[in-house]
Amino acid sequence: MSAADFFAMNGYGFYVWGSYGVALLVFVVEILMVRHRRQLALRQLQLMNESGDAQ
Amino acid sequence: MRLAINWFKYSAPTTFYGLAGKMVPYFAWPAAILFPIGFYIGFFVAPTDAVQGEAYRIMFIHVPASILSMFIYLILAGYAALGLIFKTRLSAMMAAALAPTGALFAFVSLWTGALWGKPMWGAWWVWDARLTSELILLFLYLGFIALQASIDDPRRADRASALLAIVGSVNVPIIYYSVQWWNTLHQGSTIKFTGTSMHVAMQQAMFTMLVACWLYTIAVALARVRSIILEREGNTQWVRELKEVRS
Amino acid sequence: MKRLSLFGLLALVIRRDLLLAMRRRADVLTTLIFFVMVVSLFPLGVGPEPEMLRKMASGVLWVAALLASMLSLSRMFAADHQDGTLEQMMLAPQSLTMMVLGKIVAHWMLSGLPLVLIAPVLGLQFDMSAGAVGVLVIALLLGTPVLSMIGAIGAALTLGLRGGGVLVSLLVLPLCIPVLIFGAGAVEAVNSGMPATSNLSLLAAFLLFALVFTPFVAAQALRISME
Repeated sequence: MSAADFFAMNGYGFYVWGSYGVALLVFVVEILMVRHRRQLALRQLQLMNESGDAQ
Repeated sequence: MRLAINWFKYSAPTTFYGLAGKMVPYFAWPAAILFPIGFYIGFFVAPTDAVQGEAYRIMFIHVPASILSMFIYLILAGYAALGLIFKTRLSAMMAAALAPTGALFAFVSLWTGALWGKPMWGAWWVWDARLTSELILLFLYLGFIALQASIDDPRRADRASALLAIVGSVNVPIIYYSVQWWNTLHQGSTIKFTGTSMHVAMQQAMFTMLVACWLYTIAVALARVRSIILEREGNTQWVRELKEVRS
Repeated sequence: MKRLSLFGLLALVIRRDLLLAMRRRADVLTTLIFFVMVVSLFPLGVGPEPEMLRKMASGVLWVAALLASMLSLSRMFAADHQDGTLEQMMLAPQSLTMMVLGKIVAHWMLSGLPLVLIAPVLGLQFDMSAGAVGVLVIALLLGTPVLSMIGAIGAALTLGLRGGGVLVSLLVLPLCIPVLIFGAGAVEAVNSGMPATSNLSLLAAFLLFALVFTPFVAAQALRISME
């Protein structure tokens, strides 16, 4: 199967890659969101620490 | 030799935070390896389906996503019940950590189901029993997340959403069978795989993707629960002294 | 003060809630008017063709009944929560489960029962046959209490929260779907000339199941919300 055939999936390319593409997107977005949440939490704690030390 | 593991030791957020952190790579890396393997088997080893052509390959992401979305809901309800019965905070945190992943799998299941349905049955949405149940499951997830988000007091939020999750899980079989009955009455189409048995490679691809999704879920949930612990336990000594906070 | 039996407690709570509601009759009427309006919107939206309306009728009436009972749910505990009565109820030695059941019954009598009574009139609007209307009334009679009961759990969980009305609906509607399916299904069975007994017996089973479990669960939900 050539690369073009693989991409076209016998005419079903839109549906197949639309599915896998969105699934991949969801996974990536979720991982980024978890990372972001962690960074937010850490930053919040650092701020709390600083204001605590300043007292 | 002590054979029994003191499980309750790990139910304290203090100990679990570190353990979860160490565990994440052991689930993340295998998942990252299994996904491409499953993809390869599904696209390069498994043959073309006689009736559905190439479109059937959507199945290798659609079915695992559906299975996981349901499985995660049950695990979530289980943690919720543990949290209510034993009053362990960590159980409630695990439930909260699992919910977004479950909801996203439900969404992926619906999306891929629609994209599978359009070329096969001509419509973007078919009121197939399983798709409809999946939609209701998504609503249950969203309700759980919304309820948690609307309650400020974390203790009340945990317990209220736990109760909701348990009530929901009792309802899930009732909902599923109602929808199935409704569907047969209206003679809707059922997304079923053609042929009595699946080619071996198809089974392998399906199973690989299923395990990959499951490992991914565990990795993400463990990572997320660490953030939840940081958010909730902010005013404790041990959190403030964490290496990552002090840097 | 003489000791109240469980039934005595139930009757007391129901009577009290009904009395309080009668003083604010508008609340009861608005639910009813909402129901009638929503039902009337559908023909306006899809056109007046009798054949289509007859097919839609049971679904439309049931969805409207669901929405109408969602609307009135926040009222179940809100008033008592605000004036402190709810707290007293929870501290009292009497069974909270029974008191919650009383409130559910009163709520149903004020929001579900009127719908059951007005449904035949609305059925006429949709040109439903007499047999269909009859089954619809029975189905609503069995189903609307279940909606009140499931709704009570939602109302208890969302006690005092902002965005209450919509949030309760979001939580409760998915759980009410089986009632919707079999309630509307009962009428459709009659329309296709089949007996509606299996649908109606399932509704009755839901009713019994809900009756046994929901007051207790709702009471627990109240305790969670009030701590």
